[in-house]
Amino acid sequence: MADTITFSQEISNLMYAAHGSPLNNCIQCGTCSGTCPAVEFMDQTPRRLIGMINADLKEDVLDANTSWVCASCYHCTVRCPAKIDIAGAMYAVKRYSIWNKTYSDDLVGPVFSETFMKTIVRSGRSYEPILAPTYIFGFGAKEFFQEVQGATKMMLKGRIPVLPSKIKRLKNFQSMIKHIIPMGEEE
Amino acid sequence: MKKYAYFPGCSLEKMALSYHKSSLETTKALGVELEELDDWNCCGATTYFHLDEILANTLVARNLAIAEKEGLDFVAPCSACYKNAYFTNTYMKEDEDLAEHINFALEADDLQLEGNMTVHHLIDIFANEIGADGIKEKVSVPLEGLRIAPYYGCQIVRPRKNGEEVEAPEFFEEILTALGAEAVDYTNKTRCCGGSLLLTNRKAALDMIRILLYDAVQSGTDVIATACPLCQVNLEAYQTQVNEEFGTDFSVPVLYFTQLVGLALGIAPKKLGIGMELVSTLPVLSQFIAKEAR
Ligand code: SF4
Ligand code: SF4
Ligand code: SF4
Ligand code: SF4
Repeated sequence: MADTITFSQEISNLMYAAHGSPLNNCIQCGTCSGTCPAVEFMDQTPRRLIGMINADLKEDVLDANTSWVCASCYHCTVRCPAKIDIAGAMYAVKRYSIWNKTYSDDLVGPVFSETFMKTIVRSGRSYEPILAPTYIFGFGAKEFFQEVQGATKMMLKGRIPVLPSKIKRLKNFQSMIKHIIPMGEEE
Repeated sequence: MKKYAYFPGCSLEKMALSYHKSSLETTKALGVELEELDDWNCCGATTYFHLDEILANTLVARNLAIAEKEGLDFVAPCSACYKNAYFTNTYMKEDEDLAEHINFALEADDLQLEGNMTVHHLIDIFANEIGADGIKEKVSVPLEGLRIAPYYGCQIVRPRKNGEEVEAPEFFEEILTALGAEAVDYTNKTRCCGGSLLLTNRKAALDMIRILLYDAVQSGTDVIATACPLCQVNLEAYQTQVNEEFGTDFSVPVLYFTQLVGLALGIAPKKLGIGMELVSTLPVLSQFIAKEAR
């Protein structure tokens, strides 16, 4: 039956550990959209996105910037009368688009997530300056300048580390990760 | 003296060093011991969850397992770390299948996790373990007349952990009033600041920060108190950029709640990392700091 799995099922499967109600319990009440602090920057509101997932409108869901504009603040999740974990669904859509490489090139989110991930696999700790060049390409010149200004100020105040720290049992840590997903050759 | 396994998280190593210092100083003064977790790893913030849920939970589980081995309950000062730790710990008990996957991976580092400890945000230790009365007893420099806006942010209160109040929490206010300060009442205390959207959708994030700053300042705030390194940086370090983007002139200090607790307990500002902020706090705090320590 693997070949007849619908898009909405695929998204639900990517919500493995989320423990909300099934997405098709959605009653399209709009509480999530009304609550969302980022809604005006989304091309589809959270309510519409859930509706589109349930209708298996895969292309439209993946074209929308909605999941990448979601800040994972869970305000919608705690208010949904149908007890759907909308924030969790947003994560599932992000996962789908990263794993299937369907995200559009002008989105910075996926690149950021992947780079962050690689840094951690390498060192066990996150290290913001390493990430900077990667996501900064997504900004315009003005934003880039602002970012550098901000970073310099923090650096002067001793608030940005110069070198990433590593955890001690890094080998074990990396092999632990490989037990879960086969990825990331060590450099 | 109750002892906890303390998971500082990456931000506290440098970016939020003042939070780290003030957390250790104030808990010590209030009779709680924080023992830093040995060889912890980054828990992935919200970012791993974009990639793979099981992996994300495994990374969090490693830290929890180290604490469990020590037989200690777990405390995190970063709201994102806390949320991750809380839910992974809960899932370990509720979801056998997930627990099996995770424990299989943890074997690679000779660890196992049952999920029997309790997981706390640092502010919970102040609000519940020590309690407002316990704090009040030790206050030697009441922050009288100081108007502090408690900023909860999102992940401390959401998602709901255990049926608790998520729309209008009050525990942060109780801590501030115990210090003798006035807790500012403003609408958006639990509204999201945009989080890591700053890196991925800057326009949206700056606008979300603007809304929060506006609300707090409009309500007569001298200083905003946060309980999360990410909230602190978003609200403070990005004020200049909000000002450039929207033509506003925000310049409101943003401190960690532990720094304010420390001041009220009479701890020297330097030990609390006061002076590392980008928006100076001297104009509002100088009256509570002895001349020679300024
Ligand atoms: S709040 Fe819940 S039920 Fe209402 S539209 Fe959103 S997802 Fe559907
Ligand atoms: S979790 Fe995402 S979709 Fe839900 S309210 Fe927050 S930003 Fe909006
Ligand atoms: S949530 Fe932030 S601070 Fe906490 S461990 Fe993860 S990246 Fe580091
Ligand atoms: S308020 Fe902002 S920084 Fe704080 S937890 Fe929410 S998104 Fe993260």
